[in-house]
Amino acid sequence: MLQAKSLFEKVWDAHAVRTLANGQTQLLIGTHLIHEVTSPQAFGMIRDLKLSVRMPHRTFATVDHIVPTDQRREPFDDPLADAMIKELRHNCAAFGITFFDLGNDRQGIVHMVGPEVGITQPGTTIACGDSHTSTHGAFGAIAFGIGTSQVRDVLATQTLAMNRLKVRRIKVDGQLGPGVYAKDVILHIIRTLGVKGGLGYAYEYGGEVIERMSMEERMTICNMTIEGGARCGYVNPDDTTFAYLEGRLYAPKGHAWHEAVRHWREVASDPGCHYDDVVEIRAEEIAPTVTWGINPGQAIFIGETVPTIEGSPPEERIAVAEALEHMQLTPGTPIRGTPVDVAFLGSCTNARLSDFQEAARYLRGRHVHPRVKAIAVPGSQLVRRRCEELGIAEVLRGAGFEWRDAGCSMCLAMNPDKLVGDQLCASSSNRNFKGRQGSASGRTVLMSPVMVAAAAVTGEISDAREVFGVAQEAMV
Amino acid sequence: MIALEPITRIRGTGVYLPGDDIDTDRIIPARFLKCVTFDGLGDHLFQDVRRTEDGSPTDHPLNNPRFRGATIMLTGSNFGCGSSREHAPQSIYRFGFRAIIAESFAEIFFGNSITLGMPCLTAARQDIHAMAAAIEERPTLELDIDIAAAEVRLAGTRFPIHIDAAARDALLGGRWDPIAELIEGKAATDVTVAGLPYLKMTTSTEGEGGER
Repeated sequence: MLQAKSLFEKVWDAHAVRTLANGQTQLLIGTHLIHEVTSPQAFGMIRDLKLSVRMPHRTFATVDHIVPTDQRREPFDDPLADAMIKELRHNCAAFGITFFDLGNDRQGIVHMVGPEVGITQPGTTIACGDSHTSTHGAFGAIAFGIGTSQVRDVLATQTLAMNRLKVRRIKVDGQLGPGVYAKDVILHIIRTLGVKGGLGYAYEYGGEVIERMSMEERMTICNMTIEGGARCGYVNPDDTTFAYLEGRLYAPKGHAWHEAVRHWREVASDPGCHYDDVVEIRAEEIAPTVTWGINPGQAIFIGETVPTIEGSPPEERIAVAEALEHMQLTPGTPIRGTPVDVAFLGSCTNARLSDFQEAARYLRGRHVHPRVKAIAVPGSQLVRRRCEELGIAEVLRGAGFEWRDAGCSMCLAMNPDKLVGDQLCASSSNRNFKGRQGSASGRTVLMSPVMVAAAAVTGEISDAREVFGVAQEAMV
Repeated sequence: MIALEPITRIRGTGVYLPGDDIDTDRIIPARFLKCVTFDGLGDHLFQDVRRTEDGSPTDHPLNNPRFRGATIMLTGSNFGCGSSREHAPQSIYRFGFRAIIAESFAEIFFGNSITLGMPCLTAARQDIHAMAAAIEERPTLELDIDIAAAEVRLAGTRFPIHIDAAARDALLGGRWDPIAELIEGKAATDVTVAGLPYLKMTTSTEGEGGER
């Protein structure tokens, strides 16, 4: 009987090239995703060192962070952004790298494109110069963000020098109430374990709730793993995973597909394998969750009140005071009712078809509050097209949302979509850091897409279950 | 390829940046990531907390002339959390820092910093506070970080520091940028590649390489 192993161990061991002099592992990266922000310097470095791209056919590029989403005419109005897209285009052409460019109907946020074209597969290692690379773990890949020098390493050698991670299994069992989504689950996990709780760990998400989730929901969960301090998070591949991948552009076909599925089943964690830690969470305890502060762990249920300085643990009081000051919230009062200036539906966390579908379900026949600027930014052009075909875009537009082209947009405001002054944004994105959405004094409240829809309609942070009349009995 | 110097000791004056969970957006706001080189990033380090919206300086420690020229940063826990942007450690390094002492570091930031040859050392909270208090009183005091001995000397006091074993070895052995060693592993990499069927699969019916 072979020793039971976790998916992490199996994938790591299969990709471990050798042990380096300092004890780190030289780890093979099967798939390298690149984008315009963190790759140009890496290409500069490999040119300086007279190196080349080791596996261009395992390197895929798209452009997402800097692209305008209201109109995509080139040259861009912003000359720096324009220089970046040209640089990426040049580098991809020079080294023979597949580029899902602006004119390509598959362009989108890099973490949307990988899964959509079927590049993201179970049992693989995936790296990208972007911390939300953890998203791809939803497919049972070991996927993590890297710095630009590491982008250089992967370009040149297809490998990285890495420390092996410990594995924490996070088991979510039970039944989520109506109006409670994957976003609430991951915000709750981060709130529970803290923004540094995951240092040194890979997170394995499991349990009934995760197993029942669609791939899109699993991607939302894995996406925010890094916000909990863990560099990578994954879900064991199952029939849901295979059904999502079958027939996609880069998915194996015919006999190779059956071989791949057989292998993918084997790569899942074995029953009884060792975990360095196990955390169990009951789904019934989770209510729609919103952040009140300036990191994703500073979160409360919608029915709770904003924390007070005195009521917080002594070691957190300075941070709580700083967050309260920035957010201009009154301690001890309900977060519900806080006025909202901007509603943002988008980002690699929540800009997939089901996110817009669910928001549109409740926005039909309703209208965005006159105080609120509301924008909906699909994560990919594929999602944009599907939303248009299914009439979702029309519902969103009809409700008063601006309907945009694909990109990262106001998640980090590297394009023209930015908060102004101290505007407060109800956002389906992943980070509420100070200044994250383009204004140093701007304020971000993270929440699920349906909660963003509710905030957009009422003009204030609201309980979507009440606003939209979602089953009352499930109230927490 | 690259000849690297072992990094064993860092001596310099320090500055204390209080606070936990200082994120990469704070260190270098995203709008300064619009660049194709890392040049000039040092000018924008902590831009939005060092300048008010009208551009005047705040009371941020990096604006305090008493700490000008500091090469060692002291701070709280989970420093560098958030984005993987190497622009964050690059801006710190280009500002003039050569080492950071914190209670803990975010993982991607830590790795990025080591690869630049900028050690990230952890110390106990009370020790960081004690060092910060000493610096606050006399900013000209020199911190002497001895990586091999795992301690910082400051005004006659020795404070224990910790660094991950692999990073310690890489710094002391002059291997903190791994590229040369990774290239040396080419033959071994080929063996691993050969054992992974997915790397051989014909992945797409579309042409590979280049733009469409």
